[in-house]
Amino acid sequence: MTEATASPGSTVLGRGLGRALPILTVLLAIIAIWYLAAIWMNATWVRDQAVRADTVLTTGDLIRQTLTLERPVLPAPHQVAAGLWEGIAGQKITSKRSLVWHGWVTLSATLAGFAIGTAAGVLLAVGIVHNRAMDQSVMPWAVASQTVPILAIAPMVIVVFASMGVTGLLPKAMIAAWLSFFPVLVGMVKGLRTPDAMQLDLMHSWNASRVQQFWRLRLPSSLPYLFASLKVAIAAALVGTIVGELPAGATSGLGARLLSGSYYGQTVQIWAALFAAAILAAVLVMLIGALERLTLRRMGLAR
Amino acid sequence: MSALPVIAVWIGAIGLNTWLSRFDSRATRLAVALIFGATILILWEMAVRIYAVPPVILPAPSQIGASFAANTAILWSDFVQTIVKGALTGWLIGAGAAIATAIAIDRSPFLQRGLLPIGNFVAALPIVGIAPILVMWFGFDWQSKAAVVVVMVFFPILVNMVAGLAATEPMQRDLMATWAAPYGASLWKLRLPAAMPFLFNGLKITTTLALIGAIVAEFFGSPTKGMGFRISTAVGRLDLPLVWAEILVAAIAGSLFYGIVALIEKKVTFWHPSQRPQRG
Amino acid sequence: MTVIQARDVSLTFQTADGPVHALKDVSLTIERGDFVSFIGPSGCGKTTFLRAIAALETPTAGKLEVADMTPDQARRQRAYGYVFQAPGLYPWRTIAGNISLPLEIMGFARADRLQRIARVLDLVDLAGFGGKYPWQLSGGMQQRASIARALAFDADILLMDEPFGALDEIVRDRLNEALLDLWKKTGKTIGFVTHSIPEAVYLSTKIVVMSPRPGRITRVIDSPLPRDRPLEIRDTPEFIALAQQVRDGLREGHSYD
Ligand SMILES: Nc1ncnc2c1ncn2[C@@H]1O[C@H](COP(=O)(O)OP(=O)(O)OP(=O)(O)O)[C@@H](O)[C@H]1O
Ligand SMILES: [Mg+2]
Repeated sequence: MTEATASPGSTVLGRGLGRALPILTVLLAIIAIWYLAAIWMNATWVRDQAVRADTVLTTGDLIRQTLTLERPVLPAPHQVAAGLWEGIAGQKITSKRSLVWHGWVTLSATLAGFAIGTAAGVLLAVGIVHNRAMDQSVMPWAVASQTVPILAIAPMVIVVFASMGVTGLLPKAMIAAWLSFFPVLVGMVKGLRTPDAMQLDLMHSWNASRVQQFWRLRLPSSLPYLFASLKVAIAAALVGTIVGELPAGATSGLGARLLSGSYYGQTVQIWAALFAAAILAAVLVMLIGALERLTLRRMGLAR
Repeated sequence: MSALPVIAVWIGAIGLNTWLSRFDSRATRLAVALIFGATILILWEMAVRIYAVPPVILPAPSQIGASFAANTAILWSDFVQTIVKGALTGWLIGAGAAIATAIAIDRSPFLQRGLLPIGNFVAALPIVGIAPILVMWFGFDWQSKAAVVVVMVFFPILVNMVAGLAATEPMQRDLMATWAAPYGASLWKLRLPAAMPFLFNGLKITTTLALIGAIVAEFFGSPTKGMGFRISTAVGRLDLPLVWAEILVAAIAGSLFYGIVALIEKKVTFWHPSQRPQRG
Repeated sequence: MTVIQARDVSLTFQTADGPVHALKDVSLTIERGDFVSFIGPSGCGKTTFLRAIAALETPTAGKLEVADMTPDQARRQRAYGYVFQAPGLYPWRTIAGNISLPLEIMGFARADRLQRIARVLDLVDLAGFGGKYPWQLSGGMQQRASIARALAFDADILLMDEPFGALDEIVRDRLNEALLDLWKKTGKTIGFVTHSIPEAVYLSTKIVVMSPRPGRITRVIDSPLPRDRPLEIRDTPEFIALAQQVRDGLREGHSYD
């Protein structure tokens, strides 16, 4: 009875809290474990320093020092947050130390590659569902290629392009395009094939042309699949770009930040770059999710 | 003028495949795919020879094959170092940990509701980025590569396993209840078998991730062997045929790894509609 | 001796668009050895009542006792064999493996299991199909396998939710006879949901007529038919009169809303 009489507002709030509470709990647990791990992993070094300096450490001192090291083995969450904040807000955007600038370098290559890869994937998928020879020729290879660690050769591609004098955004975008191409192709072919025989027969009985059939039936029914693979593709494009920024000599982009951090033992810098990349990935995937909801709702497909 | 033979081969292959694809049988399907693959190789070879493309940019398939044959010892030791020691060990540990975690939180819907969105989120992140950190922690040898692989494969498998353990039909759960099955029995006899198709889905997608993790981690430091190490040093010496030979090894290893997991899946989940022979 | 005792049992589901009164003030007494059929239009709460008896749902009001225990205690003592509306077989186990599953859970020895599996497979006419997988059998065969599974461990109370709904008339007749036979031999208490008036009349000692919105019992008809029932009994005047009574009961429930 109490449930039936409770106001709708409070139940909505309760439901939202019911969903957020477990997530927050797990997040808090992760942060707590992280702090403990930071203390534990940095303690050896702090103790060594203390022995060398011949000072006696209280437990409080030990903990304080482990969490404030310049180059910790594992930086504490607040150090990473500070590093992230410093990189995003503490620099001029054009500065070489600004994470916004490096993020932009990575993002632009990612988006360019994603756009190319998606367009190519969709076009080829359309060709494949309409041409059997193309289907039987290309699809087995496209599917098989997903088991090949293409990403691992990204640095090589960069170097080869560099040897031809092509540097900057284009080589990275090519890798990103290549990586986002396959998920889109496979997902889109699957999506364009979802209409079953009955729906196609119905179209046939209305004497719909192939073009009408494509725009009115195949394309709309493929959209859920397309968006699902777009999410995979953009994540892959971002990873591809970052790995493409790894070869020695690269100076800009989040991947280069990771690499230079690892050369100079700047752990806080590595973690900050890592979190910047994570945030970027999350935002991109969420943007596509929002686009998906918007499109599906306009088409009346949303649940 | 010199483009003529290339175009001729291309048109010939298209014609052959278009004709073959009309039959649409198992054999012709295989033939069409193989002809396409072979055509690409031939065109590649022809293009490199006719236009004299320097091997520094793109070596011909024959050069890659020669390099493969000449360097089998190196390739094998790189394979063992990177794939067997790094990727496979890491994959096994990561999968074991993910499965154990999924079972451990199976009794707590609260933890599941907390971990699942986070796991899904993390699975979409560029986790390879963690490689420099783990190389610092675990050293240059394969242990750090395995650690990278563990982190990369853990979340996709966890998410799939948790979803799989929850993927039983209500009626099957009710049956367990009417038999007053204890927790262990319902886990062992119902939830684990029902989770297998999901688990294998996770295991399959992570085979590629494992190879990527192991190879990319070597770019951040490695002993003087390993596929990632070889690729980066060979690129430095502009020995592109060797690089491509390594890529060939990676491709073969990736397909084999995936194929073996898919084969085990077929054996284990023979009962699943996607695996069993078609019948109404 | 009373096996199942329901007093003013109500069960309300809270759904997104308001409460659904699946059962309202249902009272019923079932004696040991009764064969009770539940009949009524779709959505009148037959399944819900059966599930409440088997402790798969919890009544929101009233008192439900099974052999002087709560339904949940009875469940823990493995008092129920339950047959659902659909077969619900486990696709990764063979038919024999499916029947074996509850036996394994309840700790029967292997030899005993094999013997029981053979016996119940025979009972439902599936001897020789033990090694097949569920998806290799027809829908009716699957349903019979699920009945065999419920029979294998000899629970005192057998709850069956439209077990024969998906079967053809001939198989249905045969299984009806087999079920009657089993019931006479073992003295089990059976709760049986059906949409068929002849089936209810043919099988039952007690016919419970239900009606929807809210789900409730409108009539309980005690059958005067003898326990020995050859198929031909369906042509006797007593049988036809009883069927008429059930039909009237169903009409009555309908005119209510
Ligand atoms: N889990 C549930 N949640 C919400 N409402 C439910 C649930 N189960 C049943 N109901 C509702 O309770 C009412 C009774 O359902 P029940 O399944 O008991 O009917 P039934 O008599 O078995 O019908 P049928 O003959 O179609 O099987 C229905 O209105 C149904 O919608
Ligand atoms: Mg029902």
